[in-house]
Amino acid sequence: MSFPGAGLAKGLAVTLRTMTKKTVTAQYPDVQPVLPPRSRGVIALLEENCTVCMLCARECPDWCIYIDSHKETLPAAEPNARARTRNVLDRFAIDFSLCMYCGICIEVCPFDALFWSPEFEYAETDIHELTHEREKLREWMWTVPAPPALDPAAEEPKEIATARKAADKLAAAAAAAEAAAAVTTAETVESVGSVGSVEEKGDDA
Amino acid sequence: MNLLDTVLRCVATLVVFLVFPLLIGQTEHKVMAHMQGRLGPMYAGGFHGWAQLVADGVKFVQKEDIVPADADRRVFQLAPAVSLLPYLFVLLAIPVGPDGFVGQAIDAGLFFVLAVMGVGVIGKLMAGWASANKFSLLGGLRTAAQLMSYELPMVLAAASVAMAAGTLSLPGILDAWQWYWLPWQLIGAFVFFTAGLAELQRPPFDMPVADSEIIFGAYTEYTGLRFALFLLSEYAGILVVSALTAVLFLGGWHGPMADQLGWLWMLLKTFALAFLVIWLRVTYPRLREDQLMRFAWIVLIPLALVQLALTGIIKVAIA
Repeated sequence: MSFPGAGLAKGLAVTLRTMTKKTVTAQYPDVQPVLPPRSRGVIALLEENCTVCMLCARECPDWCIYIDSHKETLPAAEPNARARTRNVLDRFAIDFSLCMYCGICIEVCPFDALFWSPEFEYAETDIHELTHEREKLREWMWTVPAPPALDPAAEEPKEIATARKAADKLAAAAAAAEAAAAVTTAETVESVGSVGSVEEKGDDA
Repeated sequence: MNLLDTVLRCVATLVVFLVFPLLIGQTEHKVMAHMQGRLGPMYAGGFHGWAQLVADGVKFVQKEDIVPADADRRVFQLAPAVSLLPYLFVLLAIPVGPDGFVGQAIDAGLFFVLAVMGVGVIGKLMAGWASANKFSLLGGLRTAAQLMSYELPMVLAAASVAMAAGTLSLPGILDAWQWYWLPWQLIGAFVFFTAGLAELQRPPFDMPVADSEIIFGAYTEYTGLRFALFLLSEYAGILVVSALTAVLFLGGWHGPMADQLGWLWMLLKTFALAFLVIWLRVTYPRLREDQLMRFAWIVLIPLALVQLALTGIIKVAIA
């Protein structure tokens, strides 16, 4: 049922209700915003992981990543081996005045050297100062949040699975060696062959 | 002794006149903000921006006082004062508490108050004409039209109360006031308050300053202190219209323990009405100019006449 003026009363009710509700104003400089996880604030560089493969620079849609590098020759580890060469990073810069925050560089990096950081307060008064060099990018690495936890029933990450397999094998070998040692002390005689076989096993592991 | 008394009353009225409009203005800042889901001023003065209007005042004082080259200089400079001062005089005649708690008891108080309030609108007309600006002129003309239309229902509604009380004196009206006047004069209260809003040019009746149509109406050419005075006159107007409505229709200082707390009741009623003014401003969009005129002539004036007839009939029946 509607009576004349119902709409007017409804309008008054709306404003009154809004007044009693919590305001939506973000008091930003006083109160830092609560950002969602994986916020795309700025791109951080973990330069220890970078192999200068240039994939990020090549995939960047607006060519805002600048990489310079040179090759270094490492002396051969053994007398008969070849000398190895290694890429050394000289410059890694991202021009955030060009960057469109697509995150493709982070996706393509095969060595986990690039990360999203939620840091967003890096405005400058000059557009040239938005080109940030590796030191700054490395500093932002400290603001990168830890990766989200795995689901309860998820498969282990490959690195951890490999490491665990190796560790398990070592532990099994050690246990076997211990058991064999116990046997030798008990039997005392003609045990040399069996101990040798255990040691061989341990070497395999 | 008598002189001292007079001076005290004048000073008290002046203080109320200077403080209360700012209080209403600050309330408007905050209430409007919260009704729109915002916080409003938060910095000036430290605590929730309580000193925002003081800061605004300081800003206005610092600005250059500009008079357009083609403006009618004297009239242009005089207009803000003409617009503001009548409200000060009206405030002098409004009773706050029982037993002569009033700036100056005037026998024909109601008449004085309504007449002087009309003068305030002249100030806006002067501003509109003297600015030599087409938008100012349009604003001034709209002000004039609005004044013509809304003064009539306002006076008729006020006349109904005067008829019921049998006196034109504002303290006299309050002395005669009974609780059953509330429903009896309900229509009159609606008409008076609405017409008062229109006279103040408060939204939703702010066609004379409709910024999307005519920039800022009669105030377009004003800057600095003179502009601030116009704004102040708007808030002083809210105070006066709220106080008058409280006195005429809500029983002013009447309430529990009126002998001691009469002034508090009067203040509460006034500020409740001022809140209503702000609430209406936030809620409703601006009427169109023709809708405004229509509303005055085919809704408010007939309603005021009905109220007048009702008052007359019941008055005769009681007698």
